[in-house]
Amino acid sequence: MRHMKRAAGVAAAATLALALAACSSGGEGDTGDAAGACEPSEGDVTLTFTSWIPGIEDAVAIWNEANPDIQVEVQTGPSGNAGTYQNFFNQLEAGNAPDLGQIEYDALPNFRVQDGLEDLGACADVVAAEDQFVDWTWGQVTLGTEDEVYGIPQDSGPMALFYRSDLFEENDIPVPTTWEEYKAAAEKIRDLGGYITNFSQTDINQFAGFVWQAGGQWFANDGDAWTVELTGAESTTVADYWQDLIENDLVSTYPAWTDEWNNAYNSGEVWTWNSAVWGANSIASGAPDTAGSWSVAQAPQWTAGESAAGNWGGSSIAVFSGTDHLYEAAKFALWLNTSEEALTSLNTTAAIYPATTAGLELPALQEGVEFYGGQKIYEVFAEAAGQVSPDFVWGPTMTQTYADVSDGFKNAVSGSGTLAEALAAGQTSTIAALKAQSIPVAE
Amino acid sequence: MSRTAELTASGRRTPRAARSRGPRGPRENPISRTAAMLVMGVFTLYFLVPVWWLLVASTKSRGDLFSTNPLWFADLAFGENLSALLAYDGGVYLRWILNSIGYAGGGALVATLLAGMCGYALAKYRFPGRELIFNVVLGGVLVPATALALPLFLLFSQVQLTNTFWAVFLPSVVSPFGVYLARVFAEASVPDELLEASRIDGSGEIRTFFTVSIRLMVPALITVFLFQFVGIWNNFFLPLIMLRSEELFPVTYGLYAWNSTINQFPELRTFVLIGALLSIVPLIITFLLLQRYWRSGLGAGALKS
Repeated sequence: MRHMKRAAGVAAAATLALALAACSSGGEGDTGDAAGACEPSEGDVTLTFTSWIPGIEDAVAIWNEANPDIQVEVQTGPSGNAGTYQNFFNQLEAGNAPDLGQIEYDALPNFRVQDGLEDLGACADVVAAEDQFVDWTWGQVTLGTEDEVYGIPQDSGPMALFYRSDLFEENDIPVPTTWEEYKAAAEKIRDLGGYITNFSQTDINQFAGFVWQAGGQWFANDGDAWTVELTGAESTTVADYWQDLIENDLVSTYPAWTDEWNNAYNSGEVWTWNSAVWGANSIASGAPDTAGSWSVAQAPQWTAGESAAGNWGGSSIAVFSGTDHLYEAAKFALWLNTSEEALTSLNTTAAIYPATTAGLELPALQEGVEFYGGQKIYEVFAEAAGQVSPDFVWGPTMTQTYADVSDGFKNAVSGSGTLAEALAAGQTSTIAALKAQSIPVAE
Repeated sequence: MSRTAELTASGRRTPRAARSRGPRGPRENPISRTAAMLVMGVFTLYFLVPVWWLLVASTKSRGDLFSTNPLWFADLAFGENLSALLAYDGGVYLRWILNSIGYAGGGALVATLLAGMCGYALAKYRFPGRELIFNVVLGGVLVPATALALPLFLLFSQVQLTNTFWAVFLPSVVSPFGVYLARVFAEASVPDELLEASRIDGSGEIRTFFTVSIRLMVPALITVFLFQFVGIWNNFFLPLIMLRSEELFPVTYGLYAWNSTINQFPELRTFVLIGALLSIVPLIITFLLLQRYWRSGLGAGALKS
């Protein structure tokens, strides 16, 4: 009995000690004290970098071999929206975030608002690199400021029209160049039993790409407060257009990225897809039976003769606040996203479409692609990349905005409500969400 | 005598009459029996059809996956899928399976030992604070693991244990439900007289526990092991929050990571499917091997011998 009492006492004391130690090791982790300056560090540096791009380790290996004094440890995991962004936030709070992270353009404002990113504008190399990038991609990382840079653009997703050239030819339907022609073609295709395209209820960032092409804006930030407007003139035009197609059963509405959706393309039921450059891989994998029958053309325009393009996707490499090695991190990020070896490696393993103007000229992107009948599809995308407006701004809570608008879209597709109403509802809930997080909203 | 026998016969069968007919349970209505079988059949199908689909889908090449009948085989490509899976990314999948076995197997073993000892102590010894401890532990059963993951992450960050093997292992060795089960079972199946006898024989408490009591508690301990094994194997949120390096992922989290990039890298779809199929094999084996203990354990604690 006495043994037990003593043992219990020791155990209790040990637990208490551990708890106190854990509690007392201070609130903040180490915050880099060189927050503003971008100076080289002394001695050898090891950077941690989290990314989910397949094959990123190969590109990093190239750097590590050439730079023995700046070694990069890369860590992979699920994609950003599948948990890694949330992990970044948790790690920022706990003080052990990596030095560098892969962040998509539409998530950057969220991190910025939470003060999670270092300002790379303090680094001379970064500021000098601006000219290497396609102009609108730089706008995606400067977040509307003059001198601040919150990430190095890595890739972009200019949108174009993937279409079944064989079916269009067989049935004598001209490839649409305007949205009006697109609707006319949709009617003809419906008469033949097919659908011109599938309207996705969940790819709100694709829909945002349409609005982007039309010249619309959803968010604006004048430095003090955010303006949220999902129901502007261009957004309404786009929403009404697609609502019309849905109501007249001119587009299918399978949930995107499912077996049904893949099958719809694979069986030839659906003839086109308005998608980004990385969609080339998705079609090739999801509809392998249709190899050789596809081509890529410029996206349909709102006015004949115009050439505007939207963007879907794209990511940057950002440096998290609290890093001790801002200079080295910026140097690595620049190398990864501008050097030819890195971009070639990323393009090979992950079909990354570079955001640099030089990257658009990569040898790998100058060749014809077999799946598309040998067409040099990347020429179309290179052109589209130059036609994306540099003014589009993402809001600070895009995950929530996407989710709310998607709920509304699902209702619209099943017949209750319209896409425009979904956007209006999304606008209201986004404003509420911003206010709930004490983010200033302009009235 | 016979008169009283007849009087009782009016209410229910006499023991003698019952004995002559042979033991019989409550009368079974054939309709209710059919209905019960039907419901069970439906649920069996409901649970097994996805597993069957998984098996069939794992044998198909990517092109066949969407264009052929989902519930029957097309051209068999199982071998190629398997070798592609094991070779992808430097054989990381096998590493993930080993990690899962480490976390779940090792964690469940330690958890069973700790829960068994704790339950036994709560059942067999009287000490101040005994009921309080038990009630607090029982309260722990109510807290879902997901709610604890983030505070654990912050705690582990303070001691720099995140992104290590221990980040997932240590929280897994805690099983409040196991303590409850062990206590109930120890109370029922370890007689105090036996403990008295072993004390008289001069055996210390720890020795008694390991040589005598554990053997009596085996069914309960196996049950705790199984529950904990499955719980740790399926525990998703903890690895999601704690781990960053691919080499430390359990197989569930690894497959999820692949699956999250399928839209842009569709080649991973086949790997996810066949990886999922292979990952349920250790669980099935564990259950099949241990199920006789589990079945006997469920019933044994209910009877007072």
